[in-house]
Amino acid sequence: MPSPLARLAAAALIAAAPVAQAQSPDPADWSGVLEEARGQTVFWHAWGGSPTVNDFIAWVGDEVQDRYGVTLEHVKLTDTGEAVSRVIAEHAAGQDTGGAVDLIWINGENFAALQSRGLLQDPWVTELPNWRFIDPEANPATVTDFTLPTNGQEAPWGLAQVVFPYDAARVETPPRSMAALLDWARENPGRFAFPQPPDFLGHTFLKQALSELAPDPAALQAPVDDATYDAITAPLWDFMDALTPHLWRGGAAYPTSGPQLFQLMADGEIDIAISFSPNEASNLIANVTLQDSVRTFVMEAGSLGNASFVAIPYNANAAAGAMVVADFLMSPEAQAEMANPEVWGVGTVLAMDRLSAEDRARFDDLPLGIATLPAEALGAILPEPHPSWVERLEADWTARYGTAQ
Amino acid sequence: MGAMTTAAPVPRSLWAWAPALTVAALIGPVAAGLIGTLAPALGLHPTLGGAGLSLEPFRALMDWPGLGRAVWLSLWVGLASTALSLAIVILIVAAWQGTRSLARVERLLSPLLSVPHAAAALGLAFLIAPSGWIARLISPWATGWDRPPDLLILHDPGGLALIAGLLTKEVPFLMLMTLAALPQADAAARMRVARALGYGQVTGWLKTVLPAIYRQIRLPIYAVLAYAMSTVDMAVILGPTTPPVLAVQVVAWMHDPDLSMRFQAAAGAVLQLALVIGALALWRICEMFGSAVLTRWRGSGGRGNPALERLIARGALGLGVALAAMLIAGLAGLAAWSVAGLWSFPDPLPHSLTLRSWTRAAPGLADPLRETLIIGAVAAAVSLALVIACLEAEHRTGRTPSDAARWLLYLPLIVPQVAFLTGLQTLAIGVGLDGGRAAVIAAHIVFVLPYVFLSLSDPWRAWDRRQATVAHALGAGPLRVLWAVRLPMLLQPVLTAAAVGFAVSVGQYLPTLLVGAGRIETLTTEAVALSSGGDRRIVGVYTLVQFVVLVIPFAAALLVPRLVQRRRADNG
Repeated sequence: MPSPLARLAAAALIAAAPVAQAQSPDPADWSGVLEEARGQTVFWHAWGGSPTVNDFIAWVGDEVQDRYGVTLEHVKLTDTGEAVSRVIAEHAAGQDTGGAVDLIWINGENFAALQSRGLLQDPWVTELPNWRFIDPEANPATVTDFTLPTNGQEAPWGLAQVVFPYDAARVETPPRSMAALLDWARENPGRFAFPQPPDFLGHTFLKQALSELAPDPAALQAPVDDATYDAITAPLWDFMDALTPHLWRGGAAYPTSGPQLFQLMADGEIDIAISFSPNEASNLIANVTLQDSVRTFVMEAGSLGNASFVAIPYNANAAAGAMVVADFLMSPEAQAEMANPEVWGVGTVLAMDRLSAEDRARFDDLPLGIATLPAEALGAILPEPHPSWVERLEADWTARYGTAQ
Repeated sequence: MGAMTTAAPVPRSLWAWAPALTVAALIGPVAAGLIGTLAPALGLHPTLGGAGLSLEPFRALMDWPGLGRAVWLSLWVGLASTALSLAIVILIVAAWQGTRSLARVERLLSPLLSVPHAAAALGLAFLIAPSGWIARLISPWATGWDRPPDLLILHDPGGLALIAGLLTKEVPFLMLMTLAALPQADAAARMRVARALGYGQVTGWLKTVLPAIYRQIRLPIYAVLAYAMSTVDMAVILGPTTPPVLAVQVVAWMHDPDLSMRFQAAAGAVLQLALVIGALALWRICEMFGSAVLTRWRGSGGRGNPALERLIARGALGLGVALAAMLIAGLAGLAAWSVAGLWSFPDPLPHSLTLRSWTRAAPGLADPLRETLIIGAVAAAVSLALVIACLEAEHRTGRTPSDAARWLLYLPLIVPQVAFLTGLQTLAIGVGLDGGRAAVIAAHIVFVLPYVFLSLSDPWRAWDRRQATVAHALGAGPLRVLWAVRLPMLLQPVLTAAAVGFAVSVGQYLPTLLVGAGRIETLTTEAVALSSGGDRRIVGVYTLVQFVVLVIPFAAALLVPRLVQRRRADNG
């Protein structure tokens, strides 16, 4: 092992050397991309906390290997921020080619962080062959990520919507507004929980509550304005002040993630949870990890919804292979597999009217899970607030409840 | 081997290089990493928009509302768990030294030492949670609970669950360190004198053996204190969350998508380092105070109260056994989860058994398993080679390492991992030594080598040098003595040291994650990633596989020497 000084000197030398900028693959020349991709290994950094999702990603790996000769390695993250920090660290060290991250499952503030720093591949998504199945006008969530335009720098692959799973054996009438939820929590102290922010489901609960309680929800579509922030969020903090003492463990401890929340429900510790997948509860019941008395409900005021994307960092080592994977994720076959509640059960990003009759049939035949609401009962979708709200709400929540012991 | 029969000058100078090489392997990464952390803490990080030398990161750190509490928690958890484990270990050894019970405790503890921290924490969490195994066993018949009570047992703001988890790992470690030190402290002889003078077992031990033992186990205690203050994986699973201990918060900031938080994270990492140094200083002061108290107590001439001694003896052993039982029951709980179908509260056992989790996990297990084995084997082998070279150099030059050298050995165990690993990550990319298996192995060696050295040095030095004299007289050169006499005779300690090194490598989480750029998947990184999802079934599968992987080398270290010995006996 060389001395630290020698290492520093070496680092400085490498940083000073002219960097050969890699030629980005051109998705307009798709056969060229396929050719370049063959034999590449794509490191896909994606949250690895759910065996269901991991199994689906493994299936994608098998398919892209068979079809395109691309090897997919799922790098299982505990937090998407790890991959974001990784790209930053590489940029800091001057590693502008051959980066460790080829593809990231991303959205919201993580996307904003990379995009604003110019650390993403130049626009490529709308050139993909399967983009033709997507209708951005009918479904703006495919091109807007937490109010920010995606600029073709991330490819949508799944739609999510907030739902509240509950144990129907213990909750007779699910509380379908924040006020009703507060009343219910008062009567059933310790039986409702959400994951601790900065877990995305924790943020999501705050944003869901704010979207319902804010005097003017339209203000959430613009960046946070210091002048109006207090007035907009005051009803939220009043609500949280009232709710927190009646949360699981009186708000002194929080579960760390969505799956852990479901574990608490399976253990009988809580009766109402929050989820970003209308099908997640059904899926867990089918896997015999959740009691079959669980159902889901949505808030009458509507539910936050967003899309999951994949993005390619500017210095990806296998950008062509990553594009091939992203394109496959948007294919009718992969989307139907994903939407199958027995596999995963995530909403598709494809526009049904753009599919062939044969491909449409794949979706029509899908079963509906036992705890899943039918499409017409899922209610209105509320748009995600601008990413700056997450940061601000998280900091405030942490100061008020996250460090209050 | 003819050429080797005379001591050639070239090999000798090579041996002389071994300690320097070892120190470089240990200190290089730590020092480089600290530089990589200190720079952003002072605002120096060109691509993140660091504006040049400033104290802004520390100011931002001070503004974090949870700082006081997080600092207090780190200190409290570290000091309390270290003091408690030390007290338990000392009282058990004091009361039971020289008895068969202690030999049994030693045999029980050795395999427990190899249980990874995360696995121990996960097992304990399931055991003591309000919906955990203990609550299930006594419900509803004794408690009236037909559903889990809303009790703050895990993640309690006082950190008690975290302290309990740390105890289950620290007591076995300190116990084995203490038992290893007993012969050098001449404990048996001291006790014979003390007993002859009418001292009780515990009182006599504390008054005569403890001062000699303590000098031997001081550095292991410091390593325990530093670890307890800065653990991340155990604290995530068992510790408080509102706010968490400082090290957990630092890792959270490092991964915050808001990039400016990385300056604050670096400042937090520096604070973590300062906290550990401060706690070590505080501990040192307590040592001096304790030593003065002990001296005065010794001067009083009291022989000890037999009734009190019996109480202490049973109490300490009971606590030790309870900790071991918790660890074992926790692992058994995870094993049960790995084959569980639906398992609701308050059933003490699953409704149905299924191999579903195993068949689901099996395809994904192969790669991390292979990676774990390769990295662990290479890291252990390289460390073992360096350690043997150092010990052999010591033997040939006749120089014993100074106190400073012992401190260097413990440095990677005392400097908090968060304080240097992220800095190391940035630097490693710069020199192109990144993301590969080799880089991960190099990072593992930093942690593996000290344990291999600790495990092997005592038996190596205790080897009777007259064996070498006889071999030399028969015409064998130094290398031949090493190969044909010393290593075969020390086969068991050498294999045990290799198994310890392998186990340490298998348990590494942060070094694998950060230096491996997430591309290197081991059983441990997979298990921790899965535990963030909270699916106890899959976590159970990974933990069990990990445990089997760890136990095999230890079993081999016990069995192989016997087989070899038998074959030698047969041939002779």
